[in-house]
Amino acid sequence: MAVIERELTQPAQHPERESPSHHESGHLPPEYRDHHQSVRIFGFWLFLATDMLLFACLFATYLVLKTHTDGGPAARDLFDVPGFSAETLILLTSSFTGGLATLAMRRGHQKQVLGWLVATMALGLCFLGLEVKEFATDVSAGATMQRSAFLSAFFTLVGTHGAHVSYGILWMFMVLLQVARRGITAVTARKVFIVNLYWHFLDVVWVFIFTVVYLFGVVM
Amino acid sequence: MAHSAGKYIFGYAASLVLTAVAFGLALTRALAPGPLVLALILLAGCQVLVQLYFFMHVTEGDGPAFHSAALVLGFIFTFAVVLMSMWIMTFHSQVA
Repeated sequence: MAVIERELTQPAQHPERESPSHHESGHLPPEYRDHHQSVRIFGFWLFLATDMLLFACLFATYLVLKTHTDGGPAARDLFDVPGFSAETLILLTSSFTGGLATLAMRRGHQKQVLGWLVATMALGLCFLGLEVKEFATDVSAGATMQRSAFLSAFFTLVGTHGAHVSYGILWMFMVLLQVARRGITAVTARKVFIVNLYWHFLDVVWVFIFTVVYLFGVVM
Repeated sequence: MAHSAGKYIFGYAASLVLTAVAFGLALTRALAPGPLVLALILLAGCQVLVQLYFFMHVTEGDGPAFHSAALVLGFIFTFAVVLMSMWIMTFHSQVA
């Protein structure tokens, strides 16, 4: 009885459904309701899996080379605890504000999406500023990329993450413009979702950087 | 359910606590180096699960969880590349 009732009332409850052929779509979040968009989200998960392999290679290189300091500065001499603690706190917070942008998108609040995306980008810029300052301090103390295998591996790993963050800010800005101009549609909902998937992924990579590079470096 | 802020606030709080524990253990050198490395890696692993579940909504989606299969494969390759590189490079003194 309840089943029949639901089948009778369901089409009326969802007149705005974007993909009528998809029976489950009423239960899905907006970014998955159009099948073409959910295929793209799957494609983005595949990209994240391959990007993870890029970072796997850089982490492997770093872990093999981290003792090869050639008489130059070692991790212990170089890493500044307040500096990388601040970077960590900022990036964790930006992952949270990015999540709140996804939440606002799912609730259909365009202005809140814009606000949380701006907050996320601002925190991302603060993170980049601290990282640039850290790299500049290292280089002015003679710890350049050419100094030792350890420093080559360090700058490549942390710099590749920083390049990802820079690209993420640029991409998030483009998504911001699209949401501002077109509102929350099936397409912009998916774009807000995947740009934040990328941002959370960068936070995950940073968790391993602060653990394997900075904390291990300070301890050993 | 899917549209509640509670999940995000809990995820953020969990990531802050896990990070604080990791920094606390490392900077006070609370454990011997071996167990400390293991504890820090486990804490980082928990952070990955927090981000995936609370922020990236890995359990949601349209149809079968093929994206989870891709991620598991990615994690297997990641650990294989990292651990095998470290292991094989421990032999360099014997072949040099």
